[in-house]
Amino acid sequence: MANQWIEACRADDIEAEDVIRFDHGGRTYAIYRSPDDAFFATDGLCTHEEAHLADGLVMDNIIECPKHNGRFDYRTGEAKGAPVCVNLATYPVKVEAGKVMIQIAG
Amino acid sequence: MDRGLVIVGAGECGGRAALGLRDLGHKGAITLVGEERHPPYERPPLSKDALSGADEPGPKLVAETKVYEERQIRFIAGAQASAIDRKERMVWLADGTRLAYDKLLLTTGARPRRLAIPGAESDRCVYLRAFEEAMRLRHEFRPGRKIAIVGGGFIGLELAASATKRGAAVTVLEALPRILSRGVPGEIADIVAARHRAAGVELICGSGIAGLKGADGAIQVTLADGRSIGADLAVIGVGAVPETRLGEAAGLAIDNGIAVDERLATSDPDIFAAGDCCSFPLAIYGGRRVRLESWRNALDQGALAARNMLGAAEPISAVPWFWSDQFDLTLQVAGLADMGRHVVRRDIGDGGCIQFHLDDDGVLMAASGIAKGAAVARDIRVAEMLIARKARPDTVHLADPGHKLKSMLVEPR
Repeated sequence: MANQWIEACRADDIEAEDVIRFDHGGRTYAIYRSPDDAFFATDGLCTHEEAHLADGLVMDNIIECPKHNGRFDYRTGEAKGAPVCVNLATYPVKVEAGKVMIQIAG
Repeated sequence: MDRGLVIVGAGECGGRAALGLRDLGHKGAITLVGEERHPPYERPPLSKDALSGADEPGPKLVAETKVYEERQIRFIAGAQASAIDRKERMVWLADGTRLAYDKLLLTTGARPRRLAIPGAESDRCVYLRAFEEAMRLRHEFRPGRKIAIVGGGFIGLELAASATKRGAAVTVLEALPRILSRGVPGEIADIVAARHRAAGVELICGSGIAGLKGADGAIQVTLADGRSIGADLAVIGVGAVPETRLGEAAGLAIDNGIAVDERLATSDPDIFAAGDCCSFPLAIYGGRRVRLESWRNALDQGALAARNMLGAAEPISAVPWFWSDQFDLTLQVAGLADMGRHVVRRDIGDGGCIQFHLDDDGVLMAASGIAKGAAVARDIRVAEMLIARKARPDTVHLADPGHKLKSMLVEPR
């Protein structure tokens, strides 16, 4: 199936250096706004144990899982050390007319 | 260094240390010795998801067996270390194997405290530490079964929640007047107790166990006040004792665990200890000596021990942190609540709350939170950072759920 762009939220729904949860098509995503106002998207669940990353703390470019403090760079999905060792999937993001769009498999 | 590095104890802490040594670029021999047949695995799920999940799980490994092979870490499973010869710098295993070391790390963990009362030796009276014990409980926790849990601490209550989820009828027996009296404020313990009662768990507090009597595949628990509770199985969760026997026999200093300094070194500079088995001075509390039985501590100290075995001489800087999941509730605590003299309460809605524990000078010492799901996680994490900085947060802001706690990390004091 072709990839498609879908609206996840409005840009001003997310504060700088923060994250919100976005559910679509039976999957859950995390949408981030970095301290320098760039937007990013990853899978919404931690790769260690099932926990919504949107409940976690964003510090600079790192999202920390709310359950066991696994850390990822949300720009690349890279796992940043114990207890996480599996990277997060990331998704392309663009902002159009104040809307945050993410590209996912159609 | 050419004799090698030896780690005795293959739990989370030992496993993280072994992997950490390679991450740090150590090229020499690393040997990891464990009593269990599994490579290091995470214990927290044993009282939670491993029991209540739909499918029977395997142990949740810190790393697959092949990772130890690939990284040339010699893992010796099912082995008991029987003695340390400090003069020769040698560890003896029970089968006669000798392992020479330059540096030795003891990550021997803790073992369940045994009930020293008549009848406790019954095969209907069980403990939880290892994966196989969890799988036995998983089989025992089923509809129609009655489970008596002795001890209203974290293990006992997590087991009560898991057994209830699996359809068993559960009674929790706590000798003290309330559950979770070690380290958890009364208000939060009350929220936990109410959640258990709402799920049908019977909580009996304020009476110790006088005796146990197993017969015909069942067990009878007699309380000090004369009451008697019949069950199919009694699970004992009355705390843990540090596994110090190896270190003690070798003459290492012991003080509620193998005593280590702020760098995790024991009284022998070539031997380190880390995790549940050791007591250490906590710098953020003026060097107060503590021993922590928590997963995060095991993980952090495993990594720190690896750095210090290679000469980093880095002091312990972590703030204690632990969590517990029971039913839909998650409790998280940063710091040690008993360091506080004053409480500031933040209501976070939907029955959840956070208590901030401050000393007489207004310095944040600890924060205890409980709520459904992960609703306290961000604030407890921020609190942990404030505790590490010895911050004196504005108490009006602390109490105000509309004030973003994270903003305090950048506010001037």
